[in-house]
Amino acid sequence: MSEAWQWLALIGLGAFHGVNPAMGWLFAVALGLQEGRRGAVIKALPPIALGHALSVLVVVISFTMVQLVTAPDLLKPATVAVLIGLGGYRLVRGQRHRVRVGMRTGFAGLTLWSFLMASAHGAGLMILPLLLGMLAPAQLMALSLCGPGAEMTGTIAAFGSAAAGLAVVLVHMTAMLVVIAIVGLVVFETVGLGILRRGWVNFDLVWAGALIGTGTGLLLLR
Amino acid sequence: MATWTPDPSFYPSPRMAMQAPPERLAYVAMLNTDTSARPDALGVVDVDPGSSGYGRIISRLDMPNVGDELHHFGWNACSSALCPYAPHPHVERRYLIVPGLRSSRIHIVDTKADPAHPKIVKVIEPEQLAARANYSRPHTLHCGPEGIYVSALGNGGGNGGGPGGVFLIDHETFDVLGQWEIDRGPQFLSYDVWWHLGQDTMITSEWGTPDMIEDGLNPELLLGAKYGRRVHFWDLHRRRHRQTIDLGPEYQLALELRPAHDPTKAHGFMNAVVNLKDLSSSIWLWHRDGGQWAMRKIIDIPAEPADPDRLPPILKGFKAVPPLVTDIDLSLDDRWLYVSCWGTGEMQRYDVSDPFRPKLTGSVRLGGIVGRSRHPSAEGDLNGGPQMVEVSRDGKRVYFTNSLYRSWDDQFYPEGIKSWMVKLDASPEGGLSIDERFFLRFDDGFRGHQIRLEGGDASSDSYCYP
Repeated sequence: MSEAWQWLALIGLGAFHGVNPAMGWLFAVALGLQEGRRGAVIKALPPIALGHALSVLVVVISFTMVQLVTAPDLLKPATVAVLIGLGGYRLVRGQRHRVRVGMRTGFAGLTLWSFLMASAHGAGLMILPLLLGMLAPAQLMALSLCGPGAEMTGTIAAFGSAAAGLAVVLVHMTAMLVVIAIVGLVVFETVGLGILRRGWVNFDLVWAGALIGTGTGLLLLR
Repeated sequence: MATWTPDPSFYPSPRMAMQAPPERLAYVAMLNTDTSARPDALGVVDVDPGSSGYGRIISRLDMPNVGDELHHFGWNACSSALCPYAPHPHVERRYLIVPGLRSSRIHIVDTKADPAHPKIVKVIEPEQLAARANYSRPHTLHCGPEGIYVSALGNGGGNGGGPGGVFLIDHETFDVLGQWEIDRGPQFLSYDVWWHLGQDTMITSEWGTPDMIEDGLNPELLLGAKYGRRVHFWDLHRRRHRQTIDLGPEYQLALELRPAHDPTKAHGFMNAVVNLKDLSSSIWLWHRDGGQWAMRKIIDIPAEPADPDRLPPILKGFKAVPPLVTDIDLSLDDRWLYVSCWGTGEMQRYDVSDPFRPKLTGSVRLGGIVGRSRHPSAEGDLNGGPQMVEVSRDGKRVYFTNSLYRSWDDQFYPEGIKSWMVKLDASPEGGLSIDERFFLRFDDGFRGHQIRLEGGDASSDSYCYP
């Protein structure tokens, strides 16, 4: 069984992603202001959360595939390299955006936008260390539940990974959705946009620091 | 260069920008006409009424080359950096991007270390612009969702022809990123560019290709209705041409675009400089009409009869002074439209609360081809007339200069424009009055053109929130 702290960390990362204005709550607020109603804020939240989850899902699937064919010794150093490399890249190139979606967008556009933003920021990659600790145990657990059986092993292990991976995506998305809903509605209803001028700290720096810090932490952990 | 919190001169909404502290400095493009050996310059003007240097130039940044014809310029970053779909709020409003309209050279000027004494940190050469974007004669620029957007009048071939269009500059490295258009449709002539961020729509207007304008206003082309008269509407994000509106052949020189600042509003204003039938100028309103954009003329400003002996050769036959509305500006609350009548020497102020029914509420006369109206603090008659106009963020102060474009200046003011910059006070009720303490006479040879105010002004920023 995966340890509780891993799930808490997953929820924490969901909250961290959700609180970043660039990940979507601000877009929902803008659409609410454009239409002058709270309903527009709420309507924008599901596609934003979905796009974010899809980006994370791509990472989970990719990691699962890599894990199935890669020697365990290589997984950790490769993960460390990816995290620190992306963090460094975001430090240098954090301010650039190719705009593909505008203010007159709908469900599909918001989903696409959120997917692109999460992917460009490496939202899914940030949970790689947790995947390291959650997917392999899930495979073992699935195998142990079904007992020995050589011809079934690969399928059962993959099923264990898929179930754990799906749980990871859903838990992360739910945490992110709750946070963007709370922050978006509070800003829309009471706080107002003045908060952007002082309260919008440089999440690009925090984010890059989180990526590098996670990679470094993973490197130092036994 | 990235900061920890957003640049304090970025505002989510025009309403918040109006509460900003007043500007203390103004930057002015200064065209040199005195000697071919002296370059154009960027002037820094003290606009702090409490300062002993109020209304005077406190420093001058000379360009590295001669012959640029500095014209319109703007900031590398502004309030649009707070937009939710392309946020980059931790860049700084720090660099002025100063193009030479004639040379196609673009200067990157850093104002951070000492805003009163800015420095050039990079120059984009015309060859780089042509190689990267296939354009020349950069004209108008705006800080926007993907970087710095610049309109250009000519192609990069060096033949003075079109098409002109829009290109992008990276707002951090200042590399030319390339041509903006993916599908330009029938667009060929270029001039101004701006947008409705809330409508995902870019708008462009038309002047002429470099070979149509650089030697002066060509009467044959004008009477043949060959100058720009169309307005183009684009999909801002897909970079595709969507719609053209033709004002009709008699409306020549469709120039400045001033969209409403409130992103929930879908209208804006444009000036057509001259009507071939009666030399009048006109102001047009664009607005949404169902799924399309529509335009209608909302203001006509007639020519004024004049003694031919007092008119320059280009106008003698008409026995009238055209108003020549060459610039307009819209206050941040979208309520007041300022209209520069460069020919008659009048600055007009309209209440456009109802954009379909504007009301003239104020007027000041300074200079003019025949009027030569005087300023209370200046000796003698003035020539030139209200031209590039800029309104402060809070809407209380209006600044303008009196030079248009060198070869055109010489046609309408053949004696040579003696250049000045003035400031008006705009009352909340709609009146306009001259600030007698503020009359800036440029040195002989220099002519003032566009003005940018420290921290942004009414034509520098775009907003994504109402």
